[in-house]
Amino acid sequence: MTPDKSAAAGNKALSTPNGSETVFELRGITKIYPMGEVKVRALGGIDLDFYKGELVVLLGPSGSGKSTLLNILGGLDVPTSGQVHYREHDLSIDNDIVLTRYRRKHVGFVFQFYNLIPSLTARENVALVTEIADNPLPPEEALKLVNLSDRMDHFPAQLSGGEQQRVAIARAIAKRPDVLLCDEPTGALDLKTGIIVLEAIERVNRELGTTTVVITHNAGIADIADRVIHISDGLISRVYRNKHKKSPREVKW
Amino acid sequence: MTALNRKLRRDLVSMRGQAFAIALVIASGVATLVMSVSTLDSLRLTQSTFYQEYRFAQVFVSLKRAPESLRLRIAEIPGIAKVETRVIAAANLDIEGFPEPVTGQLISIPDSGEPLLNNLYLRRGRLVEPGRNNEVVVGEVFAEAHGFKPGDKIGAIINGRRKALTIVGIAISPEYIYQISPGAIFPDFKRFGILWMGRTPLGAAYDMEGAFNNVVLRLSSDARLNEVLDRLDALLEPYGGLGAYGRKNQISHRYLSEELRQLDQMATIFPVIFLGVAAFLLNIVVSRLVSTQREQIAALKAFGYGNLAISFHYIKLVMLIVLLGVAGGLAAGVWFGKEMSELYMDYYRFPSLTYQLRLGVGINAVLVSTAAAMTGTLYAVRSAVMLRPAEAMRPEPPGIYRESIVERLGLKRLLSQPSRMIIRHIERKPFKAFLSALGISMACAILIVGSFFKDAVDFMIEVQFGLSQREDLSVTFVEPTSRRALYELQHLPGVKYGEAFRAVPARFRFQHRTYRGSIQGVEPGSDLQRLLDADLKPVEPPAAGIMLTDYLGKILGVRPGDRLTVEVLEGSRPIRQITVAALVRQYIGVSGYMRLDTLNRFMGEGNAVSGVNLAMDERHKFEIYDAVKGMPRVAGIVQRKQALKSFYETMGEQILVFAFFNTLLAASIAFGVMYNSARIALSERSRELATLRVMGFTRPEISYILLGELAILTLAAIPLGFVIGRALGAYMILYLQTDLFRIPLIIEPSTYAFAASVVIVSAGISGLIVRRKLDHLDLIAVLKSRE
Repeated sequence: MTPDKSAAAGNKALSTPNGSETVFELRGITKIYPMGEVKVRALGGIDLDFYKGELVVLLGPSGSGKSTLLNILGGLDVPTSGQVHYREHDLSIDNDIVLTRYRRKHVGFVFQFYNLIPSLTARENVALVTEIADNPLPPEEALKLVNLSDRMDHFPAQLSGGEQQRVAIARAIAKRPDVLLCDEPTGALDLKTGIIVLEAIERVNRELGTTTVVITHNAGIADIADRVIHISDGLISRVYRNKHKKSPREVKW
Repeated sequence: MTALNRKLRRDLVSMRGQAFAIALVIASGVATLVMSVSTLDSLRLTQSTFYQEYRFAQVFVSLKRAPESLRLRIAEIPGIAKVETRVIAAANLDIEGFPEPVTGQLISIPDSGEPLLNNLYLRRGRLVEPGRNNEVVVGEVFAEAHGFKPGDKIGAIINGRRKALTIVGIAISPEYIYQISPGAIFPDFKRFGILWMGRTPLGAAYDMEGAFNNVVLRLSSDARLNEVLDRLDALLEPYGGLGAYGRKNQISHRYLSEELRQLDQMATIFPVIFLGVAAFLLNIVVSRLVSTQREQIAALKAFGYGNLAISFHYIKLVMLIVLLGVAGGLAAGVWFGKEMSELYMDYYRFPSLTYQLRLGVGINAVLVSTAAAMTGTLYAVRSAVMLRPAEAMRPEPPGIYRESIVERLGLKRLLSQPSRMIIRHIERKPFKAFLSALGISMACAILIVGSFFKDAVDFMIEVQFGLSQREDLSVTFVEPTSRRALYELQHLPGVKYGEAFRAVPARFRFQHRTYRGSIQGVEPGSDLQRLLDADLKPVEPPAAGIMLTDYLGKILGVRPGDRLTVEVLEGSRPIRQITVAALVRQYIGVSGYMRLDTLNRFMGEGNAVSGVNLAMDERHKFEIYDAVKGMPRVAGIVQRKQALKSFYETMGEQILVFAFFNTLLAASIAFGVMYNSARIALSERSRELATLRVMGFTRPEISYILLGELAILTLAAIPLGFVIGRALGAYMILYLQTDLFRIPLIIEPSTYAFAASVVIVSAGISGLIVRRKLDHLDLIAVLKSRE
């Protein structure tokens, strides 16, 4: 399968820049995974920009390619073809040292299953990152941002799922990342806890001005975004800007 | 192939590194077992066959001189089946092209050739023939050392008279499987030889015509050894009997038995360590495998596979690894066993070695390894199959951690988060961590046990020849001689200094314990033969009383101040009580010591001496040898330093072979434990480590977390290994203590350093292999999967 050029052209998602500077610039991104004899096209040629301080929700069903896109943004994977830049950094080149340094300096990750280190307390999980960052928040402050000041010395096994995910958010933002990438952050949580987690993400985005990308297959969450990008079958199918951002509390799913 | 067997094969392939490491440890255990047991069996079989077929005697006794007619009276003693009287004479030998002194022991065989007991196995040539009075058969090791062949001639000074002897045959005897000169510590094949000569010519040369000075016996099956020995001693006392003894105290037999005992010990200790470690490794590997396959097990159970079928599946996996190890171990064991047996053949001479590997040994190896492996496996498998399918489908809950002791002690601030991860991980499963460290310690201990013998032997020799017996040359006389002999020798050019000594055979009695040995008379202020106290400081023999080697004190159960009965077996044969003045430290041989003049008085003789120790100028040694060899009363000349040197030369090879096997085996344990611990740590923590990589940690940073734990375990294991190694060494030497020698527990720092280095290098190699795997962590899978 080869990327469909006309589809790619029609998928330009250059919505109003809103006066903000561009942080990510993606041009003609394709990703093809060889799966034995066949090749699977995960991304079919995407042009996309992300702007400083915006909260973007990438929406799409499983297998749509949204995770592949997030991996490329996070420097975990490189495109098969096309160019991706984070400011002056070229993320298209497969160089482990460069990509590791990029992740370390600029990116905060939040995972669906939290991925906390079970042997470290909440505070220490955050400190894990602040110890290797240039200008971090104190771990206590990061935990305060996600309303976990009273659970700082608990180990993951002593925390609920929602609390664990908030620790993960604190850990992701403590290094004051330029971008916060969240992969199905509420995927393993119930509605009530999911809302608390989304509130934390929204607050970080608002108070620290961190460019935030959340991927989800849950359309309800799209309402909290500045901009919503729909992805299906490796292509951008629709992009729109929310006129009225809802607060997580108002969201239903 | 069923689907389940296909899964088995793939599981095995995917864990091939670990399977190989475990198989290696099992193989090492099996190899040591097979090696030592097969060598032991082979030597025992070879020994008993040789003893049987060549009619090795059961009782031995030397005496001064008895008429041949006494033979009939000996034969009348109940329990004696066969009697052979012999003449044994010491001689100084002259060998062309070898100017150093060589002592020979001439043993009579019937003129017709074939002895009744202690038959000779002829390697080359023939036995002596009647009527030819200068023919001899020489022992194989001596012949090899000098390259003798039948037809060669050697000179011998027997009883002060020179005789030219012709070698007609080269032979070995069950009596001299291990050829060592009486009183020597190490064999010296060049400077001591056994020669067999016809009874008539030897009797004539040694003034023993129609008489004998040695008897060997074979007992009937219902005989009681001690009774026979007592009656024999009573009968021979008037003829200067030196005390009869059984095989147990026959020198060649003793050395061989000691060697076999040591092998027997090796066949126990080493396989136990190896198989114990293998059981532990299998346990951790299988528990880990089972826990990563929880969901698969649940699915299998959901499909209707029974607990038995599932257990059997994992047991088959373990058995495959065990069989691989056993097969490798058997092959290596047979190879090592043959090599070892060959090495033994250098020292212990048999007609031929019958290498024997009993089927039972192989079966034993399989059974013992299987038992060890099953102990390690069953618990893990059992806990897996006991889970209900629905429960097993759920992932394992996150581990519960807490702050470690180190942190609670207030050192928390000093630790980075990765360091805390390492310490808490170890502390979470302290028993497992302890077992891992113990496994590594065992590797370290094996290395120490395998290499410290050299340190101990070096020390033993340094004490014996550097501090105690310091002469360059020891000359013994045929009979006690007047002190004039000392002055004669002292005046030889090149002799720096001389000291006389007296040695008398004696039996020591205390309560119900007896020991047949000798008393050494030492000159006061002696510099060449010094007695040492427990701190190895020289002590003077007291004017009254006797000093005993500490080990002889132990054998007799005496302490300083006790009164001991001494029965002298020479001269006027006095029997008297003497006070034990002190015990002296001595690692080689045992003896009683008295001041020379005290001993002379005790014996009721003038100032007689048995021999002289000399310090000499190396440059004049050949002149001195020549002069001494020509002296009529000289029975033997011993240069201990030379004997030592040749011993070290021959021992060098053996030590190298042992060291090589040992290092190989210990490294395989260290590697097996390390590699498995590292692989398991990797599989347990790959998710954590990948998460850290996603968060921007570099490869060296996550390697630190993974390998830091191993490094801590290794560093903790090494001192523990030192302690265990030392304890095992102490146990081994305790077991090997005899009146022949006591190996001191001396372990040099270099031996510890060597053991630690091998462990660290093995750890480093397994660390590097695992470290490479870190480069292939799947970062993306981490974002998705939940364990």
